[in-house]
Amino acid sequence: MSSALLAVWAALVAALAGLAADRWPAPSRALSCGLLGISGLLAIIAAAQALLSTEAAALQLSLGLPWLPWHLRLDALAGLFLMIIGLGTLAISLYAPAYIEEYRHGPQPLAVLQIFTGLFIAGMELVVLADDAFAFMVAWELMSLASYFLVTYQHQHAANRRAGFLYLVMAHISGLAILLGFGVLAAFGGAFTFAAMRAADPGLIWSSVAFALALAGFGMKAGLVPLHAWLPEAHPVAPSHISALMSGVMLKVAVYGFIRVVFDLLPAPHWGWGVALLVVGSVSALFGILYALLQTDLKRLLAYSSAENIGIIFIGLGLAVIFIGTGHTALGILGLVAALYHCLNHSLFKGLLFLGAGAVIQHTHEHDLERMGGLLKPMPWTGLLFLIGILAISALPPLNGFASEWLIFQTALQAPVLQNGVMRAVIPLAAAMLALTGAVAAACFVKVYGIAFLGQPRTRHARHPHDASTGMKLAMGLQALACVLLGVFAAPTVALLERIPAVLLDARLPSATQLGWLWLTPIAPEVASYSAPLVVLGVLAAVGTWAFIRFWLRPRGKVGALRRGPAWDCGFGPLSPRMQYTAESFSQPFRRVFRPAWQIREELVKSPLESPPFWEIRYQSQLGDITWNWLYQPLARTIQRAAQQVGRLQTGHLRHYLGYSFVTVLVLLWLIS
Amino acid sequence: MVDILIDWLVALLQTLAFVVLAPLFASLVKRVKCRLQNRRPPPWLQPYRDLRKLFGKQVLLAETASPLFRLAPYIVFAVTVMAASVVPLFAVDLPTAATADAIVLVGFFAFSRVFLALAGMDVGTAFGGMGASREMLVGALAEPALLMVIFTLAMVASSTNLSTVVTALLHQGVILRPSLLFALLALLLVAIAETGRIPVDNPATHLELTMIHEAMVLEYTARQLALIEWAAQLKLTLYAVLIANTFFPWGIAEDIAPLSLLRGMAAVVLKLALLGMLLAIAETVVAKMRLFRVPGFLALALVLALLGMLSYNVLEVT
Repeated sequence: MSSALLAVWAALVAALAGLAADRWPAPSRALSCGLLGISGLLAIIAAAQALLSTEAAALQLSLGLPWLPWHLRLDALAGLFLMIIGLGTLAISLYAPAYIEEYRHGPQPLAVLQIFTGLFIAGMELVVLADDAFAFMVAWELMSLASYFLVTYQHQHAANRRAGFLYLVMAHISGLAILLGFGVLAAFGGAFTFAAMRAADPGLIWSSVAFALALAGFGMKAGLVPLHAWLPEAHPVAPSHISALMSGVMLKVAVYGFIRVVFDLLPAPHWGWGVALLVVGSVSALFGILYALLQTDLKRLLAYSSAENIGIIFIGLGLAVIFIGTGHTALGILGLVAALYHCLNHSLFKGLLFLGAGAVIQHTHEHDLERMGGLLKPMPWTGLLFLIGILAISALPPLNGFASEWLIFQTALQAPVLQNGVMRAVIPLAAAMLALTGAVAAACFVKVYGIAFLGQPRTRHARHPHDASTGMKLAMGLQALACVLLGVFAAPTVALLERIPAVLLDARLPSATQLGWLWLTPIAPEVASYSAPLVVLGVLAAVGTWAFIRFWLRPRGKVGALRRGPAWDCGFGPLSPRMQYTAESFSQPFRRVFRPAWQIREELVKSPLESPPFWEIRYQSQLGDITWNWLYQPLARTIQRAAQQVGRLQTGHLRHYLGYSFVTVLVLLWLIS
Repeated sequence: MVDILIDWLVALLQTLAFVVLAPLFASLVKRVKCRLQNRRPPPWLQPYRDLRKLFGKQVLLAETASPLFRLAPYIVFAVTVMAASVVPLFAVDLPTAATADAIVLVGFFAFSRVFLALAGMDVGTAFGGMGASREMLVGALAEPALLMVIFTLAMVASSTNLSTVVTALLHQGVILRPSLLFALLALLLVAIAETGRIPVDNPATHLELTMIHEAMVLEYTARQLALIEWAAQLKLTLYAVLIANTFFPWGIAEDIAPLSLLRGMAAVVLKLALLGMLLAIAETVVAKMRLFRVPGFLALALVLALLGMLSYNVLEVT
């Protein structure tokens, strides 16, 4: 517990150190990033202690209100999410010094960036440590406000200000929903502490109300469709390391809040909630990846992909709630472990991808995929590490993204044990949607890597960038290494993660690692088994055999050395970079197949030139989010109309206002008596 | 200890048999097609001759090719061989089947598809990008259907381990389950799409508008091209063995006595011969579809697989 508090302190002092950024830029930056790194390390240490111990450490600080001090508690669940925060913070602390160099001569002071990064991280760490609703909400607000200032860091552009405002509004609506949810729980528990809420029993209806409020609040912050509108606006606007923190870490903190409320504070989850989670998660996953597929702005694409992965996490949570709610606790725990594993994985590979995108954007000064190309040659390390991120997010074995999706599939395959026929039909449908999502995600990220890093450079800027600096490479390398290790050593990771349900729900998953660290056998060894280390060994053995045959048993006849020549051009002459596929052309087949999913406004203008039969044709297409038309615009119009109706109270006549005061006094007198 | 070693040896033998026999299966399909089209077929061992010729040639790389382009054929081949070690050819209950189950098998196919697509986009030509884009479209629609077929099999056999699935279906006797029938039809459609056969893709075409797989590997030469061709033949054989041994598992060896292994080999050779002839007849009789009819084809596979899963959950669970 003390290391966790020290981590929070280190983040706060890092924020303070940012105040000196204008006077002494270099020492302030070194101190700030160094302290953030220390905060990350301390968070990882505290998290490891919490995950490995069976007792939760609790602490009471005399901050807060006189009758309601802050309670802090670090148990295994908080430990996992503290680990996620710590890993993200450590990567950022290595990445930031070189990255924020480009903002040094910009119109905004660097001090703002450093101060609010420290406050943001401190806020997130406190959210995870909070053990009563008051501390939780204060830390939540700190997190939201600090991130708002980070999102609007480059506020000289009107679009950035709009994105930041949307983010702020939605963060506060979600905070309101969460507060109301805590209010319901506190009303039945009698106090605002989580311990009191745990002991209370609100009954099914009020539990469902609290669940719905928690889903709305935490879901909006996590980026669940259709409450995701802020996500693709805010992420491209923020500096890349902040986007990595927001997407990789902050969304997981929202998921932490949801898991804490549903699995810990609410008494017993009902299976109906699980069906709702499953539906919302599947829709979010498919929607997110279909929108990501058509984006050409790199960071916007990654933001939509985050919505997809949050959907996958909620599919796992939905399965967990369904199985726990119908009495199959062991299978429910498998779903929960799979969701937690995916949280950890997503924070790693999404952080890696955002950091890589930041490196690319910093060195090519291009945001748009259509203006990149051929970056693998001038930026080999960034290219290699980004490739690992791509393979991980596309859920390819033996990396970590595959392991968590595999566990979710294994949980879904146990649907036949359920009695309810409707659920037995719904779960396979959700699994089918997850399968479709995974396949489309692979296509999306092949597009990203192929257009940005492979091929030929499409613009002048993309031709001669430098590779990322050492600190940035180290940060990305750390996350890539973690992706590989967490994928290959899946069984030990699951063994560590199953301590969380043991603490939370008092039930274990003994079969998952019963054959040792080499085999992952979630339900039973004869039902499903996967050995990532052996898969890696097998692939290496195949490559080794080929190398042996090639170099020792050389075929007869001398084979000349490798020769370079021009690419095949059908004899029409040299190929220009303009002749390559672009990001939009790569996704065109998908656009045709899944047409109803998007709102595409196309404009075709044909105007005749002076000498017919020549025409000038202009084609413009714009991609819009359908949730704007279906949800947000109608909601905004309703609120505006309601506000107009309420505005009729303001008649402008003094006698009406005196009449209102008179009626209010009468009503109050009646209430008091 | 010794039997574990023998088990692993037999597993290695099975993988080797897969790798060595894959060109022969491709040769069978080609010969039957030639006969049906009234042409004189090439000799049986022609694919081996082609591979040997390619291995002996000098590698010619495009000037714009990156290290990823050079590495991709080896990765694709190695991962396909790994996939081959998982699928039971003539014996079940081998240790390699436990390292990776059916879902991991789908992951292997996805892995090789991703690397092939990336290699296609690497050189910076329009062909490569087009091939990669189309391949990812076909893969994005075929992979969910394949996964749902595997889910149906997994729910029937209560396991995702391919060995266990084959054994369970072997012991259930000759019952006609509607879920398995739907799954078989879906798997046939998916196999045609994923292996790039008519009516989805033409493996013998060289017209750019009709290429999917060929467009991605257009720039490859010599041993790299040989490895990719071999991997494609191996993938075709893998799908054929998957169909043959999962849905018609009779004859497969359940222990490692030499006689049962020989019987298993003979049974699978017979089944592959029949499937090969069926594929050749289908390729001759049906014309290739244009690209935007392929999603409809795969949507049919998806719906059939979904029906299989639903019919199991609704009709067959007690």
